Amino acid sequence: MEDIVRIGNAQAFWGDNPEAPLELVRQEPHLDYLTLDYLAEVSLSIMAVQREKDPQAGYARDFISVVKALIPLWKNGAHVKVVTNAGGLDPVSCGKACAELLRRAECPLKVGVVSGDDVLDHIRNNAALCNMETGESIAGVRDRLVAANAYIGAQPIAKALKLGAHIVITGRAADPSLTVGPCMAHFGWDCQNYDKIAQATVAGHLIECGTQVTGGISTHWLDVGDPAFLGFPFIEMKQDGTFVVTKPAGTGGIVNVETVKEQLLYELGDPAHYLSPDATVSFLSLKLDQVGSNRVQLSGAKGSPPTGTYKVSATYRDGFRSDAMIGVFGRQAVRKARLCGNIILQRMEKGGFLLDKTRIECLGAGDMVPGVIQSTGEASNATQLECVLRICVADSRKEAVEFFSRQVASLVTSGPQGICGYVSGRPRIRPVFGYWPCLIDINLIEPTVEIL
Amino acid sequence: MIMEKVPLYRIAHARSGDKGSSSNIGVISYTPSGYAFLFRYLTAELVHAYFSSLKPSRTIRYELPNLEALNFVIEGILDGGGSRSLRFDSQGKALGQALLEMIIEVPAGLVFTMQRGHYE
Repeated sequence: MEDIVRIGNAQAFWGDNPEAPLELVRQEPHLDYLTLDYLAEVSLSIMAVQREKDPQAGYARDFISVVKALIPLWKNGAHVKVVTNAGGLDPVSCGKACAELLRRAECPLKVGVVSGDDVLDHIRNNAALCNMETGESIAGVRDRLVAANAYIGAQPIAKALKLGAHIVITGRAADPSLTVGPCMAHFGWDCQNYDKIAQATVAGHLIECGTQVTGGISTHWLDVGDPAFLGFPFIEMKQDGTFVVTKPAGTGGIVNVETVKEQLLYELGDPAHYLSPDATVSFLSLKLDQVGSNRVQLSGAKGSPPTGTYKVSATYRDGFRSDAMIGVFGRQAVRKARLCGNIILQRMEKGGFLLDKTRIECLGAGDMVPGVIQSTGEASNATQLECVLRICVADSRKEAVEFFSRQVASLVTSGPQGICGYVSGRPRIRPVFGYWPCLIDINLIEPTVEIL
Repeated sequence: MIMEKVPLYRIAHARSGDKGSSSNIGVISYTPSGYAFLFRYLTAELVHAYFSSLKPSRTIRYELPNLEALNFVIEGILDGGGSRSLRFDSQGKALGQALLEMIIEVPAGLVFTMQRGHYE
């Protein structure tokens, strides 16, 4: 019987289907590992702001509910282990909350916490750092930094698993590393086995976005069966690195060469150099085969040593924003809507606020990709009877954005006939977090593993 | 040679994503003939010009012949991206579908060799 490890993903981002983790474990009782991804680019900024008000809010608390839901299954003999970045800015507190829950439920499983990704102090004190996209110096944003975390790799995750952890909680980690870590622990691959790590990295890249590989956001989504209940994906990985990506039997969606190719290309840059802290991966020798219904096998990825740097995702406060939407129906709807947008800006100016950034869009008139699609141009706008006006503004001054938020409602009685749908009240004002990516030498951090 | 005008979605599927202020669009052919055709026809310059109203700074094309796919990385197209862009589609999720609407010119009579479900 060949040694196969089964690793699934049931959370693509913080806010994904909350029932998915329990459903996947129930639908696939042979699952060895469940990965859960809670951190998009701005998630840590949101946690940083929440933590200012509440010290316990530095991690994804939804994860605690997942652990609670899994406890009865574990007590009934389920063997699945969990690897997640739900730790956010405070993996230790997240770990302690989980350990406490397990203790009270008399469920004797160990929790492993991986720390060390938080590099905010280091970034603040390093004047030489530059934004890896724009080249700008850190000096411009240093005083406004909110969070800075390095994308750490699979090794500390593998170490925690080898030390007996049943649940591994990290802060910021490279998403595919949540899959690579279990593979390394299970098969005993050493960290220089780059081709196998490359295969596991590809596997992680495929499942990290959950339903995006099982039919979600696929070009032929209308043909996908049972889209209300898409199955979440899991891989079956062999010792040699070859794996099959699939989903539980009886679930909605589809796994085929098309959905897999689309997800392989998702957020991809140079396919010869897909960078991760665990390896540099080339996709150019990948081979895909449909080996069964909803089963695609992948082999052939090539790996080489990782770069000697960690990517750091730093975020900084960059003012405030607000957006308002209101519907317009009737003759010359688009013209009326654009004029309403203009009216708001005129009133802002009269009120003494020249906003840093403004944007007026007519949704339904092609403005999701403005100027690109010829068939949604001026000629068709003239006959269009319906559109949604969206006005979005941003400014460093909160009072300027607040002033904007109070201008929209009066259109309901002073605007064109056919204006409608303005029922949700004043648009919210939200803080803007600028994204500031940079690179640091790997020797600057030593991720630590603690077993609770 | 007589040419036929068809939207790109007749001979390819796609998916777009974001990375900071850049977007990538993967364009995947349905057949080897389709890939050979798009390899010559769907250049970085053509894609860059198609999206010019969104003011990208640079477009780079990568080839994945093993997957019969082209990957276009369009820098600066997301106007700051994430929470800094004011656009409704700040993450470029609509760009794949937008590119599939591009009208391309294929030698008449050859479109069928590039369509979904055609086996070579």
